[in-house]
Amino acid sequence: MSSVVHLPQDPLPIGPRPAPRALGGQFTAWLRANLFASIPSSIMTLLMLFVLGKAFIGLWQWGIANAIWTVSGNDTSACRALRGAGACWAVVPEKYRFILFGTYPFDEQWRPALAVVIFIALFAVSSRRSFWHKELFLLWAAALIVIGCLMWGGFLGLSFVTQDRWGGLPVTLILATFGLAFGFPLGIVVALGRRSKLPAIRSLCVLYVELIRGVPLISLLFMASVMFPLFMPDGVNIDKLLRAQIAFILYAGAYLAEVVRGGLQAVPRGQYEAADALGLSYWEKNALIVLPQAIRHVIPPLVNTFIAFFKDTSLVLIIGIFDLLTTAKTAIVDPAWQSFSVEVYVFVGVIYFVFCFAMSRYSRGLEAQRGTN
Amino acid sequence: MTTSTPNHPPARAPSRPWRLSLSDPRVAGLFWQVLVVAVAVAIVAWLWSNAVHNLSVRRISTGFAFLGREAGMPIADSWIDYSPKNTYLRAFIVGIVNTLRVAAIGIVLATVIGTLVGIARLSSNWLLARLAAVYVEVLRDLPLLLQLLFWYVLMQGLPAARQAWKPVEGVFLSNRGLILPSVPLYEANWWTILALVAGLITLHLIRRRLVAQQMLDGRARPAWPYALGLVVALPLLVSWLLGASWSIMLPELRGFNFVGGLTLAPEYFALLIALVTYTSAFIAEIVRSGIQAVPRGQSEAAKALGLKRGFVLQHIVLPQALRVIIPPMTSQYLNLTKNSSLAVAVGYQDIVSIANTTLNQTGQAIESIALIMMVFLTISLGISLFMNWYNARIALVER
Repeated sequence: MSSVVHLPQDPLPIGPRPAPRALGGQFTAWLRANLFASIPSSIMTLLMLFVLGKAFIGLWQWGIANAIWTVSGNDTSACRALRGAGACWAVVPEKYRFILFGTYPFDEQWRPALAVVIFIALFAVSSRRSFWHKELFLLWAAALIVIGCLMWGGFLGLSFVTQDRWGGLPVTLILATFGLAFGFPLGIVVALGRRSKLPAIRSLCVLYVELIRGVPLISLLFMASVMFPLFMPDGVNIDKLLRAQIAFILYAGAYLAEVVRGGLQAVPRGQYEAADALGLSYWEKNALIVLPQAIRHVIPPLVNTFIAFFKDTSLVLIIGIFDLLTTAKTAIVDPAWQSFSVEVYVFVGVIYFVFCFAMSRYSRGLEAQRGTN
Repeated sequence: MTTSTPNHPPARAPSRPWRLSLSDPRVAGLFWQVLVVAVAVAIVAWLWSNAVHNLSVRRISTGFAFLGREAGMPIADSWIDYSPKNTYLRAFIVGIVNTLRVAAIGIVLATVIGTLVGIARLSSNWLLARLAAVYVEVLRDLPLLLQLLFWYVLMQGLPAARQAWKPVEGVFLSNRGLILPSVPLYEANWWTILALVAGLITLHLIRRRLVAQQMLDGRARPAWPYALGLVVALPLLVSWLLGASWSIMLPELRGFNFVGGLTLAPEYFALLIALVTYTSAFIAEIVRSGIQAVPRGQSEAAKALGLKRGFVLQHIVLPQALRVIIPPMTSQYLNLTKNSSLAVAVGYQDIVSIANTTLNQTGQAIESIALIMMVFLTISLGISLFMNWYNARIALVER
C-alpha cells in the first residue's frame, strides 16, 4: 500500500461577504465618499458651499431679480436708477443687430446672417469623420465663394457692400476660417520644408517659423496696418481687412507648421523608407503616405490651435477692424448705454464661448476615440 | 584587413558623376534651393526698394537717430524716473521695464494659481474638482482680450477713492487701482535682503553637500541647524547691527488720492488679473496631465514601502511629473509674455504701446516695429534658454 495522503479535493469555498449596507442609501454614501470623506475635505466642502451660495445669490440678484429686460427707445433712466444693483439686459435687444453685423446695411443683414449659417454648417460637416474625403475640399471652396458673393453682393439684385461696412460675427468667422483655410496648406509646406534635407530651404523655414512665433500677434497686426503700405509700390492700396487677413494667414501658418511637424516626427521611419523603395517621388511620398498618417496623429492639437486662433482674431480690435469684439465695444460708446459694458461683454462672451466650447468638446471626443483605438 | 575591425564604417558608394538633369537628386536639390532663395531674395529686395522710395517721398529718414530726440510722451505708470522731456530711448526703456514687470509677476502668480487649480482638478472632493474644471473651461474658452476689457470695465466701475473698499486695514480697492501697504526700503534694508539671499545660496550648497555625503554612507544629516543660522540668524544679525527699520507704511486717503503705500494702477491690475487667470487655466491643464502621466503604480509602490504622503509627492511623483510639465510650461510662459502686449488695449504703457505712440508721433514705422520684435525675441530667447537649462537638469538620466 502506498502511503498517499489524500488531500481534500475541494475545500469548502468561503464566499465573499456582502458589502456592509451604506447608511441612509446610495445618495448619502455618495455624499460621504465625494464631499465629506475626511475632516479637511468636509471643511473645504462647507467653505465652498458658503462662497458659492453667496456668489450665486449675488449673481441672481444682479442678473435676474433686479435686472431690467426692456426699455422703451433710448430711455435708460430706469437702468441708471439701479446704480449697478441689477443688470440692464435691455442693451442686448437694443444693440444686438449692430453687435452681430456691424454697420452692414440694416435691410440687407439677412446676407451676413446667412453667411454665418453657412459657416456653422461647414464646420459641422467638416467635423464628421465620414465626410473626410477629397470632396470636402471642393465643398470648402464652394462655401467660401458663396460666402464671398453673399457678403459683397453686386449681382442678382443684391446691392454691392464694400468691406469697410462689414462687421461683427461674420468678420470674426471670415478672419478665422480664411486664415485657417490658407494657413493650413502653408503650414504643411513649411513643416515639410523644416524637415527637408536641403539646408537653404530648411533655414528659411526655421527663420519664418521662429520669427513669427517669437513676436506677439499685435506686432504682426501693426505691421499689416502700418508697415504694409510702406512696402507696396505707389498706387497699390490693399484693403485693411485683407491686410489683417494676410497677417493672420502668416501667423496661422507658423503655428500650424509646428503642430504638423510634430505629426511628421511621429511617422515611423519605415514608412518613408517603404515609400522610397516603391519609387514614389518626394511629393507622392508625402501626399500619399506620410501626411495622411502625420495629420491623423495631430488632430486634437490641431483643433486646439484652431480654438486659440479663433480667440486671437479678437485682437484686430487694436487696429480698428470691426470684428465681434470691436462692434461690442463700439455699441456701448452710445452715451445712453455707456455704463452697461459688462452686459454687452457677457453677451459676446457667450457667443465666443459657444464656439470655443464646441470645438474643445470635439477635440476631447477625438482624443477619447483615439485612446480606445 | 578591413574585415577584422568590426567597427569599420561601411565603404561609401563610389560617387557617381554629376549629370545636368533634375533626375539627379543632387542637382535637383541644388536647383530648388537656388530657386527658393532667389525668389525670397527677390521679394525682400522688391519690398525694400518700395519702402526706400515711399520713405523718401514722405521725407522720413531711416535709422535710429530719432531715439535721441525728446519724446514729449507722458507715461503715467513707471518704475524708473521719467518725464516727457526725456528721450525716446528712455521711453522705450520704461516700456521694457513695464513689460517685464507685468510678465515676471504674471508668470509667478500664474504658476502658483495654475498648479493649485491643476491639483484641485484631481481632488477626491467632487465639488472642488468640479469647480476647478469650470474655472479652466470658462477661462480657456473666452478670448483674452475680452477678459481684459471685462476686468478693466469692472475696475472702472469700482467706487471712487473716497468710498474705496477696505477689505483689510491698509488695503484699498478703488477706481484708482489697488493700494497696498508697503515697507520703505533704505540702505540697511537692502543689506539685510542681500544677507538673506547669500544665506539661501550658501544653504543650498551645503544641502547639496549633505545629500552627496548621505549618498555615500546612507546616514541622513539634518540641514536645519544650517538653515537656522544662515536664513534666520544671519539676516537678523545684519538688520540689528545696521539698525534697519521694518515699519510698515500704511496708505492713507488725503483729499482725492492716496498717499504712501504701493499703488497698482487699474490698467496694470486689470492686465495682471487677466493674464494670470487666463494663463493659469492652461497651466492647470498642463499640471493635471503631468501628474496623471505618472503611473499609479509609482505612488502605490512608494506607499507600500511605508513612505509618507508628502515624501511620496515630493520625491516620487513630482520629479517624474515635472519632466512632462516643463516643456509645455515654457510655451505658456512665452505666451504670457507675448500676451502682455495686449496692454495697449487698456492703455497700460508697455513696450508695444510706447512703440505704437512713437510710431504715430514720428512715423518711424519700421524702426518702432523692429524694436518691438527685438525686445520680444530677446525675452523669448531668454525664457527658452532658462527653461531648456532647467529641463536638461531634471531630465531622466538613463544608463
